[in-house]
Amino acid sequence: MDSQLYNYWLVILLMMTGLYALIARGNLIRKIIGLNIFQVSVFMLYISAGFIREGAAPILSPNVDVYSNPLPHVLILTAIVVSVATTALGLALVIRIKAAFGSIDDDTLSYSSGDSATELSIKTQKSSQ
Amino acid sequence: MALGNALMDASSGLGLILSTPFIGASLMILVRRAPVLRDAVTMITSVSLFILVAMLPSNSDGAVFVLAEPISGLPISFGTEPFGKLFAFIASGLWIVTSIYSIGYLGQKTDPNKTRYFVCFALSLGSTMGIAFAANLFTLFIFYEALTLVTYPLVAHYGTPESRNGARKYLQILLGSSIALFVPGIIIVYLFAGTLDFQEGGVLNGKLDPAFTIPLLLMFLYGVAKSAVMPVHSWLPSAMVAPAPVSALLHAVAVVKAGVFTITKIIAFIFGWEMLASSPGANLPLYIAGFTVIAASVHALQQDNIKSMLAYSTIAQLSYVVMAASLFLPIGGLAAALHIAAHAVAKITLFFVAGAIYLKSGYTLISQLNGIGRNMPLTLLAFTIAAASMIGLPPTAGFFSKWFLLQAAFTTESYFTVGVITISTALNAAYFLPILYRAFFKAPNEDQKSFGEAPWPVLAALLFTAALSITFLAYGNAIMELEAPIFGSIFNKYD
Amino acid sequence: MIAQHAQILVVILPLLCAPLVLLLGKSRIAVWFTVGVLSVNALLTWWLLLQVLTIGTLRYSLGNWPAPWGIEYRLDPLGALLQVMIASIAAVMAPFLRKLLAEEIGSSRQYAALVAFILLTAGLLGIVATGDAFNVFVFLEISSLSTYALIAIADKRDALLASFRYLIVGTIGATFFLIGIGLVYILTGTLNMDDLAVRLPEVSHTNTTQIALIFVTIGIAIKAAIWPLHAWLIPCYSYAPRGIVAFLAALSTKVALYALARFLFGVFPLADMPIGSVLLEILQLLAIAAMLIGSAAAIAHSNVRAVLAYSSVAQIGYITLGLALATSAGVTAAIIHMFNHAFIKGSLFMCIAILATGSGKHTLESLKGLGHRMPIVGIALLIGGFSLIGVPLTSGFISKWFLITALVQAEKWIWIVAVLLSSVMSIIYVWKIVEAVFDKSDDKQVRSYDLSVDIPIVLLAAVSLYIGINSSALVSTAEQASKWLLGMP
Repeated sequence: MDSQLYNYWLVILLMMTGLYALIARGNLIRKIIGLNIFQVSVFMLYISAGFIREGAAPILSPNVDVYSNPLPHVLILTAIVVSVATTALGLALVIRIKAAFGSIDDDTLSYSSGDSATELSIKTQKSSQ
Repeated sequence: MALGNALMDASSGLGLILSTPFIGASLMILVRRAPVLRDAVTMITSVSLFILVAMLPSNSDGAVFVLAEPISGLPISFGTEPFGKLFAFIASGLWIVTSIYSIGYLGQKTDPNKTRYFVCFALSLGSTMGIAFAANLFTLFIFYEALTLVTYPLVAHYGTPESRNGARKYLQILLGSSIALFVPGIIIVYLFAGTLDFQEGGVLNGKLDPAFTIPLLLMFLYGVAKSAVMPVHSWLPSAMVAPAPVSALLHAVAVVKAGVFTITKIIAFIFGWEMLASSPGANLPLYIAGFTVIAASVHALQQDNIKSMLAYSTIAQLSYVVMAASLFLPIGGLAAALHIAAHAVAKITLFFVAGAIYLKSGYTLISQLNGIGRNMPLTLLAFTIAAASMIGLPPTAGFFSKWFLLQAAFTTESYFTVGVITISTALNAAYFLPILYRAFFKAPNEDQKSFGEAPWPVLAALLFTAALSITFLAYGNAIMELEAPIFGSIFNKYD
Repeated sequence: MIAQHAQILVVILPLLCAPLVLLLGKSRIAVWFTVGVLSVNALLTWWLLLQVLTIGTLRYSLGNWPAPWGIEYRLDPLGALLQVMIASIAAVMAPFLRKLLAEEIGSSRQYAALVAFILLTAGLLGIVATGDAFNVFVFLEISSLSTYALIAIADKRDALLASFRYLIVGTIGATFFLIGIGLVYILTGTLNMDDLAVRLPEVSHTNTTQIALIFVTIGIAIKAAIWPLHAWLIPCYSYAPRGIVAFLAALSTKVALYALARFLFGVFPLADMPIGSVLLEILQLLAIAAMLIGSAAAIAHSNVRAVLAYSSVAQIGYITLGLALATSAGVTAAIIHMFNHAFIKGSLFMCIAILATGSGKHTLESLKGLGHRMPIVGIALLIGGFSLIGVPLTSGFISKWFLITALVQAEKWIWIVAVLLSSVMSIIYVWKIVEAVFDKSDDKQVRSYDLSVDIPIVLLAAVSLYIGINSSALVSTAEQASKWLLGMP
């Protein structure tokens, strides 16, 4: 095995860890953490691909010939922004779910069976209208 | 004068025929608050439709009226053709009679859905005209589906759970079979023949592997469930939840005849007689229809409900037409056309009578009819004439159509057909004659009230259609002359 | 000036509009401003479609950086058609949403929903507009994030749960897609889709390409709700705010299917790849399963929104089947149905949304007799239902006609049986709804709506009817699009 490729193995390890946390854990916060680990593994995949052996940081300099590829970094910067937004939205939803259901354990959460129950607003603010 | 000129021209004549029922329906919606006016609009619409159909030039090849083109290469177009004209003539003529009957029949009760009833009736006739004058299979299919949808509210008219269930079954079988088999059949024809136009001699001739001919025909036979070949017949008994005039015009004339009309047109003008006659397994449709005739007649024998009995009788009679067409001979086509006409006038009478009995007495069962001939002699006289026609006794219409059917069968030496006709005639007699015996000779049930004839519009309508059954000789010849260009004359055979 | 930049303006306009609406906040202008911007946008897409049909594919380099180095926006016949669909439905639905959102989530937070709605529109338009694979990911996430927010915005507990679960599944899908894109980038060093199509054939036999294809397909399949990855769709369509569902059901899965078509035919050299034909066959099988299982589930449910959601799963099956045939006729049929189904389902969910306003319930029982009270909505529902069944003279018939034609030409007889079986099943579930809505025995008193609600419904239903009566423009556009997509002259 080429020891230079160890970071790709790390990517796979992280990916599996993240997916496991996503699937196996009922706690919604843990799910979001798992999602983050999963996404970080993909970020690492991109960054690893941008690395060029002996390459310098991609800043123009007269005494450097080989640069690492800057594009993956830029792409991943965008992906990180997306990931942060997803995490923020997810956490906001968890807070609301906690308020509505009194639990954040996925195994205990279920949809109300009746149609009418779905229309029960969890806040009373609507009655003020 | 301008109108007269317009009518001479087949294209604008077709346009008028197709728009009349829809204009009538719109007017009825407009005047829905005035029942008298609405009934008047119904009458005027039906009479003018009949006149328009009658005035349409019968032989005007190439006169085509194009409405739209949903898929490029497949226009919604109409043309005049003798077989279609006959069907349109029967349907529009009997619509006048049925309208009179309906006004009398529904007039008895306060029914909030009356406007919907008359509007849907007009739309059904509009769709029937579309089927009759369709110049290609695509157009025919569109109006075939339209007919299913606009008759649904009529079947579900009473709105009771029972009628809704019946209507649902009616819709699901008709729509389901047409989507499952009729649509792919059309697409296959289109892909192989490159056209869906009705042409003499068929469009598929030589373009389809003979081994696939009969399977494709069977797709149509079951896809066009309106022809009620077993086992896709069960919508018809379900549809009997409808009011009597609906059963009379639609489920004895317009809807069911649309089914056998479609089958005959497909056999004659899509496949072509010669192609089918020489295909392997060419007898299969005949056997299927023959089986349906016998099985349905046996079912009819077991029914106690008058309308159910009539429904099964209709299923059997429809398969007569399918059998006639399945002989794959022009002469068979002629027999089919004649039987469509003969059965239409007889069966509509029987349903009118069933409705009249229900209206006056509330009876729906055969076993309740003891001695009813004493209360409603004229009604039962009409029933007797129509029943004679169903059995095929001379000089009624049924005798002549059966005669030609037998001739066609002998021409092809199809003794299966002859056998089926013989057995079914016996069965027909077995389920109609006991009713007559009951009505005229048995003593009335003890709890039977005394009642008289139905209101005059009802009585007049059923007597008129009964009269049509015995005066068939007067117009049968005209029908044969009308159909001669496409099915040939039966007398030529012996010249 | 505008003509030159129209291609990018279509995406930029709603993106710019969103923060402005946020600033306008609760003022009444916000809604009408949105309607105005979206209408202008819709007109732009129509103009672009005409351009594409006359002069062919349009290209636009962002910041004047030439492709493949810069990001390129490219508008082909298929994209132009989809953009017209997205922008028109968004513009038509905006006034409809105003009324419903005010009622369902309260006028205090109505503007927030409006902002998310505009961003969703921008995201969907962006997916179609771009010619850059990574850009597709970004727009996919913009649209997905707005969707999660929109579903949860009504503050109903089931909607919160549906939104969260969709967020998890949707993000996994997007990340899978990202992995696939990353792998092809590592292989070829480019992200421009046209450039990828040129470079991927050299490496078409490598394992990496196969894996990239699988990741991209699964990622998009989740977004497109292709069976068995459809589970998120049912609760989302059942519990999201009524008005929002109409928009989601009309467009979001269609755009994902567009992306699938682009990547399968416009990026990956499917014919040269060892797993190419296997993948198409698997997709066909999944499509058949979707049709049959989706329709059966729709029959079994009594909540109208669940019925329509399962019907969507089945209808997505029709589109997937057409695409997976990978023949000119099949892809044409898929494109036609993509377009038609957007209008059909959009109008059906709008009708149900209006009918259910009085009771707030969506069971068959609660909708009884409402069709007589609201005849315009009732008739639109009837047209939508007929279209779903495939009754002639509605757009659904045109879809089925072309799909079955494609299947006959491909000689896939068993698939035809499945398609027909599913169509027959659709009669049962559609009629269940029609019968309830027009049940006269139960006459409820409901308040009627004004024209701002009726007109959008009528417009969408009218499109269904128009396509049913004259389909030639749509069909010829779809044929052109499918030829372009499959690289035929």
